[in-house]
Amino acid sequence: MEKWPNNRAWLLVLPVFVIVAFSAIIPLMTVINYSVQDIFGPNQAIFVGFEWFREMLADKRLHDALWRQFLFSGLVLVIEMPLGILIALAMPKKGWGVSLCLVTIALPLLIPWNTIGTIWIIFTRPDIGLFGAGMNSLLGIPFDHTARPLDAWITVMLMEVWHWTPLVALLAYAGLRAIPEAYYQAARIDGASAWSTFLYIQLPKMRGVLTIAFLLRFMDSFLIYAEPFVLTGGGPGNSTTFLSLYLVKIALLQFDLGPGGAFSLIYFVIVLLFSFIFYQALERIGKGDKV
Amino acid sequence: MKFTLAWMEWTVPTAIFCSTIIAIVIAMTIWQTVSPSLERRGFLPIPTTPGDRLFIGILTSVYIFFAWIGLTQFSPWILLGIVVCWVLVVMIWG
Repeated sequence: MEKWPNNRAWLLVLPVFVIVAFSAIIPLMTVINYSVQDIFGPNQAIFVGFEWFREMLADKRLHDALWRQFLFSGLVLVIEMPLGILIALAMPKKGWGVSLCLVTIALPLLIPWNTIGTIWIIFTRPDIGLFGAGMNSLLGIPFDHTARPLDAWITVMLMEVWHWTPLVALLAYAGLRAIPEAYYQAARIDGASAWSTFLYIQLPKMRGVLTIAFLLRFMDSFLIYAEPFVLTGGGPGNSTTFLSLYLVKIALLQFDLGPGGAFSLIYFVIVLLFSFIFYQALERIGKGDKV
Repeated sequence: MKFTLAWMEWTVPTAIFCSTIIAIVIAMTIWQTVSPSLERRGFLPIPTTPGDRLFIGILTSVYIFFAWIGLTQFSPWILLGIVVCWVLVVMIWG
């Protein structure tokens, strides 16, 4: 018989809840308030009902930004998850190499996000950047992320993969290190190949950390702002205008707090839905393993 | 300096909306603390606790709201009725 969970334990998270109330719930309620009003200034607001939702849901530029965002997050997950696992598998298991690898791999995670954008602007500049000038002059491939949408996408993707694959790699490495040696011994006795060892021992054992890595990478890439803002500013044209860039443009640059509020709520529930679906799916896979 | 909530720009409808959600969450918390429920299967594809069903009910309601507002011109009051029924259906049979 299944044990009844004791839900009183949840009361222990009350302090965290109070902090989250100030940092997230009060701002969220404010956004809800803004989303149904036309705000002209302090204490100058007119109630407009669901007008902003109607406008935002029909906004072609929001739709474009949303598809762009899905493409971006999809590519991020497809590239970063396998790459991170590969790096983790290739890392040394003991000796001085471990610390060296960990520190080197973690370096991109320690750099402020705005700085990362600046680094990549200089790195990919078509006239003087190591990458940009190298492509143009040495390889003869025309490359200009300020003028060509595809080049801008390649640059943003490269930057994103360089910046965040280390997180996946570190999490996967931690998962790998937590597997007891006995599993590998048993696999060797059975004469398992490296591929079956990976498929039946390492991958299932890494499921917990990979779930976290997957969710973190999905949410962070879906909410990405600072790096593309610095690197491309959403251009050329609107080709790298992701949801957050477009949202900031509406809410802060045009100061349309009402439509901005409605947009934020739409954005919020999209992230919420996908995180919920991914979490449930990954949990199911995990339970399937135990049967 | 005086502490005010004027910057939050409260309106009566949003105040009713937010306090209803908060009241539901508090009521659920008290109910589940007093008598915890087990996971069970309903018409939803996954086993759920009442808390899961409430979350799924409200989240799907938001998407129903988007579809209603984005695609139709009908009164939001009809929507309110539909959404309340939907959340109840998910809570009871989900």
